[in-house]
Amino acid sequence: MNRPAPPPSDEELHALVDGQLAQERRAEIEEAVVRDPAVAARIAAWRRQREALRRLHGELLDEPIPAALADALDRGLHRQGNWARWGGMAAGVLLAFAAGWLGNALWAVHGATPSMQMANAPATREFVHDASIAHAVYAPEKRHPVEVAAAEQQHLVQWLSKRLDRPLKVPDLTTMGYTLVGGRLLPGESGARAQFMFEDASGERVTLYIGILDSPTPANTAASRETAFRFASEGPVPSFYWVDQGFGYAVAGKLPRDVLLKLATLAYRDLS
Amino acid sequence: MDARLLAEQIPSLRRYARALTGNAWAADDLVQDTLERACSKWRLWLVGSDLRAWLFSVMHNIFASQLRRSPPPHSVVPLDEAAQELHGGVDPGRDLGTGLDLQRCLMQLPEEQRIVLLLVTLEDFSYAEVAKVLGVPAGTVMSRLSRARTRLRELMEGASAPNRPGLRLLK
Repeated sequence: MNRPAPPPSDEELHALVDGQLAQERRAEIEEAVVRDPAVAARIAAWRRQREALRRLHGELLDEPIPAALADALDRGLHRQGNWARWGGMAAGVLLAFAAGWLGNALWAVHGATPSMQMANAPATREFVHDASIAHAVYAPEKRHPVEVAAAEQQHLVQWLSKRLDRPLKVPDLTTMGYTLVGGRLLPGESGARAQFMFEDASGERVTLYIGILDSPTPANTAASRETAFRFASEGPVPSFYWVDQGFGYAVAGKLPRDVLLKLATLAYRDLS
Repeated sequence: MDARLLAEQIPSLRRYARALTGNAWAADDLVQDTLERACSKWRLWLVGSDLRAWLFSVMHNIFASQLRRSPPPHSVVPLDEAAQELHGGVDPGRDLGTGLDLQRCLMQLPEEQRIVLLLVTLEDFSYAEVAKVLGVPAGTVMSRLSRARTRLRELMEGASAPNRPGLRLLK
């Protein structure tokens, strides 16, 4: 005869209702709930309550943003913009130096010249920061992490390739346990950008962010065809990024640096 | 900072604020204050990670300081008036599952319980994230959630019992 499992704690019952229970304990708790009519009634009531709350004021999600709020946002960003322009410029120069030094010292695949990074620093910095923000915004998303899911991978790749005006490819990261969740289109400084999202069995997510990264001066043309991995830790999540033939790639994730580097290397090899 | 990233969060901030305050004007004022504060404190976000969680904690701080300045009205409204208002909500002929009743009952929960319940159910924050947003221990989140669910269930069942006088809801 089986020894009965310990009765579910109050916390586990809430976690069951909120879908926050670890997978392996879920079946056990659900069984325990079914066995005890009082608990089952409580769980059913909580579930009804949760569903009712989630419908509450749902219409606000589809309403256009009221003018007063849009104005407040504009005013706030304008003020913030003035600060960021000056502060950002100084920081940009510093970062460019730091990135150049660190990047070269750490790991340069083909050794791009420091002067090229100086020239591209603002655009690159902006690109990498956008990649980091895009990760921070969409990776925690439970219901809508991507616009097009992995099930429609072919459509996803065609669509994003068309919008970025370049044949894209989804790198295969399965050897490191990461499978494709899907992707989305995002706006960038110089046009459309794409984000592919990957997830491992534990739900940890990494994103690959792709977009045009111009290097317009002739002196940089040769250099920009070459590639060097760089690590960026400013912004909400760290990333490894590289530039290849005028396109920037950033692999971002809340992961230890060495794991992120392995993923970036894998992605880079698979894409080139 | 990208305006679009902030703008994308506005609908869910509005819905949460609406459910929290129970009042459309107060809710949009709260969202507006949140956006202004977020823009001016933008630098503080860079050290964090999740934009959405950060915005909700900004909103929570504003709401909490508003509460300190002016306590919630239902604690000062005379009993008669409150009973009257409640009585209007207990209309046996109406669909009792409507949002109006739910919102009314929600407003009778203590703020700290209402906040936790809404962050978990409406916004899908994990318990750990809620603890971080509110700056309280995880155990506090769980006990508030538990009390909120129990109380809201009592309130809703009270509201749907047709013959019970409105005053009973105040217990």
